[in-house]
Amino acid sequence: MMDLTRKLEILADAAKYDASCASSGAARKDSRGGKGVGSTGGMGICHSYTPDGRCVSLMKVLMTNACLYDCHYCINRRSSNVTRARFTPDEVVQLTLDFYKRNYIEGLFLSSGIIRSADHTMELVIEVARKLREVHQFRGYIHLKTIPEASQDLIALAGRYADRISINVELPSQQSLNTLAPEKNLARTESAMGHIRGKIEERHAEKRKPDAPKPPPFATGQSTQMLVGADASTDAVILGCADKLYTSHRLRRVYYSAFSPIPEPSSILPLKAPPLIREHRLYQADWLLRFYDFKVEEIASAADPNLDLALDPKLSWALRNRATFPVDVNRAPRELLLRIPGLGVRNVERILAARRYTRLRLADLVRLRVQMKKLLPFITTADHHPAKLGLDSDSLRARFLPPPEQLEINFDAPPTPATSDFLSVRSGEF
Amino acid sequence: MRTIVIEPEYEAWRAAARQLLAQGVAPEEVLWTDDAQEESLFVREEPAAAAAEQGASAIKVPAAFMDLARSVAAHTDARRWGMLYRVLWRLTRGAERHLLTMATDRDVRQLQDWSKAVGRDIHKMHAFVRFRLVGADAATGREQFVAWFEPEHRIVRLAAPFFEKRFAGMDWSILTPNECAHWDGTRLHFTAGVSRSSAPDEDALDDLWRTYYRNIFNPARVKISAMQSEMPKKYWKNLPEASLIAGLIAESTGRVRGMLETEERAAKPAPNNAYLKSLHAMNQSEAAAQNHESDPA
Repeated sequence: MMDLTRKLEILADAAKYDASCASSGAARKDSRGGKGVGSTGGMGICHSYTPDGRCVSLMKVLMTNACLYDCHYCINRRSSNVTRARFTPDEVVQLTLDFYKRNYIEGLFLSSGIIRSADHTMELVIEVARKLREVHQFRGYIHLKTIPEASQDLIALAGRYADRISINVELPSQQSLNTLAPEKNLARTESAMGHIRGKIEERHAEKRKPDAPKPPPFATGQSTQMLVGADASTDAVILGCADKLYTSHRLRRVYYSAFSPIPEPSSILPLKAPPLIREHRLYQADWLLRFYDFKVEEIASAADPNLDLALDPKLSWALRNRATFPVDVNRAPRELLLRIPGLGVRNVERILAARRYTRLRLADLVRLRVQMKKLLPFITTADHHPAKLGLDSDSLRARFLPPPEQLEINFDAPPTPATSDFLSVRSGEF
Repeated sequence: MRTIVIEPEYEAWRAAARQLLAQGVAPEEVLWTDDAQEESLFVREEPAAAAAEQGASAIKVPAAFMDLARSVAAHTDARRWGMLYRVLWRLTRGAERHLLTMATDRDVRQLQDWSKAVGRDIHKMHAFVRFRLVGADAATGREQFVAWFEPEHRIVRLAAPFFEKRFAGMDWSILTPNECAHWDGTRLHFTAGVSRSSAPDEDALDDLWRTYYRNIFNPARVKISAMQSEMPKKYWKNLPEASLIAGLIAESTGRVRGMLETEERAAKPAPNNAYLKSLHAMNQSEAAAQNHESDPA
C-alpha cells in the first residue's frame, strides 16, 4: 500500500503541466455562521511561488494518473512508464482541508487521468467536491477539470460544486489532435463548452429575476488551456482558436502552456526547450484581444502568422502602422490611446480623467510611471512633438530591441529583470 | 507654526484634521507627529474643541478620500499625516474637488503610492500567513491555530477581517511585532505586538506541504526573477516551503538533462476497453463526416 506522501508526490507531479491557477471570479461566500472553513469572491491570492515563476494558489492534483488516453505531450499517457497512483476521495478531501486551514492554498484544482470511462472518472472527481461542500461545508475555491464526453448531467453536477470548470482544448486544430492526442476531439470539446456556457448564463438570468428564489449555485466561469510548441500551429491559428472560444463560448481565460520536457518522452513527439518567450508573447496578444480591442488579424495575419519574439505585439503593431502616429494624448479618443505602445488600460483611464482639467505634459506622464522610452516616439503632449525623423526612420525598430541577454543565472544575485520579463509569465499583463 | 501630536491611527488624524480645517489652519502652518518621544519636545496644543466641531460638521469630502486616507494612515512614512492634510485642504478650502481624479498630481500620486504599498502589504499578509495547529479548545472542541507574520506597515487591523471571514470555524491568532489579532468564533480582538519566540515554529503538515511544493515545480522552465518579484526574499524566513528553493534551482539543470537523455517510449497499443473503443469509433465517423462535407463533389 502506497503512503500518502508518495501519492502526493506522484499526483502533484502529474498535475503540474496544467497552467491554469486562477482563484478569482468566484461568487462571494464565506464561513461566518457555519461550521466549515473557506471564503471566495475577492481577488485571487497566490500563496506561494515556485522557482519556475508560477504561483501556487490551488492545490493542483490528479485523482489518478492512470489513463486510457495516449496524448503524446503528456507524462500520464498510457504509453508512459511513469509510476501510477490513485487517491481515495477522502484523502483528497483531508489534504485540501488540512492545507487550507494552514493558509497554504485558496482551494482545490482537481483533474484526473481517464479510467474506465468518462462518466466513471467524472463521478470520482465530483465525489471529492461533493464531500468538501456537503459534508465539510468547505467554502473555498474548487476548480474541476471536466471531460467533454461525460454526460451532461454529470457536467451539471460538477458545475454545482465548483467555482470554475474547464476542459482543455490542448491543440488548436483537429489535425494536430489526430497526431498527438488521438482520443481527443475538438468538435465535442466545443459542444461541451457551449453547453456549459448555457448553464452559466441560465443561472445568471435566474439570479436577476426580482422575486424568484435563489437558484442553486453553478460555476461562474470556464477556462481552457492550449499547448504551445508541441505541434506546428502558428500563432495566428492559436490566437484564432482562442478568439473563437472567447466569443462563442465566453471563456474567462485561455491559458497558453509552452510544451516543456517531460520525464517520459514519446517517440512521436521529441523533446525540445520550452518556447517560453513565445508563450509570453501569446499572453500579451491575448491581453490585446480582450482588453485593447485588437483583432487577431491585426496581431498575427495569414501573411505574417507568427508574433515577433523580440518585441511585444502592441509595439510591433505600432511599428507596422506608423501612419497612425503620433497620437495626441490631450485629444485622442480612448480607442486610439489604447493603441499607444507602453500605455496600459489603467493609465489610459487616468489620462482621460486628468486631461479634463489640465493639458498633459511629459512630466505628468512620468508621474504615471508609463514606459517613457517606448512611448515617446508615438505621442505628442503640450511640450513634446516627436521628431518626424523618429517615426520615419528605419532604425526605430532597432531602438526597442532588447540588449543581448545574460544567460547564466546567479542565484545569490539574480539579474534585475527587464520590465517585460518581470510581469508574470502567466498573466502576460503589460 | 503649530505641532499636532496624534496616535498613529486614522481616527486620531481625522479628529485633529477636522478641527484644523474648521479653524482654517493652512497645511504649511502645521507640523504633524505620531512619535511619542518627540512629543516631549513640543508644547502640546489643546485645540478649541467646541467651536471647531461646529464648523467641522459642514466639511464634505469625496468618499474615495476617506478610503484613501484610511489606507495611507497604515503606512510607516512619517510624512503621511501632513500630506493627507494638504490634500484634504486642497479638496475643500482649495476648491479642487476633482483633485483625486488627477493621478498626474504630485500629492495625489504620493498618496496613491503609499496606499498601494499598504494594499500590497495586506495582500501579502493574506497570502503568506502560515497557521500552525497548536491544539483544540477543551470545551468547544474547536481547533486552535497560531501564525507569525512580519508586515511592513501597520496593517493588522486592516488585514484581519479577511481571516475572520475565511477561518470563522477555527480559533486563531496572528502574532506580529506591532499588534496581534485573535478570533475565538465570536469576537475579533487585538493585543499588543510580541516577539517571534511567542509563535510556534512548525506544523506537522509542513512536510507534506513541502512535498507538494517540490513536486508542483517544473524544472524545465526556471524563472527565478518572476518568482522573486512576487515573493521577495524578505518573506522567505517565515515560509516553510522556502527552504527548498535553492535546492530545486540547483538540481533543475540536471533533471532536465536526464529527461533529454531518456530513451523515447514507443506508443503502446490501446487496451481492450469498451469506452475507448466507442471513442475511437466516434472519432472515425466524425472524421468521415468531415471529409464528406469538405468534398467539393
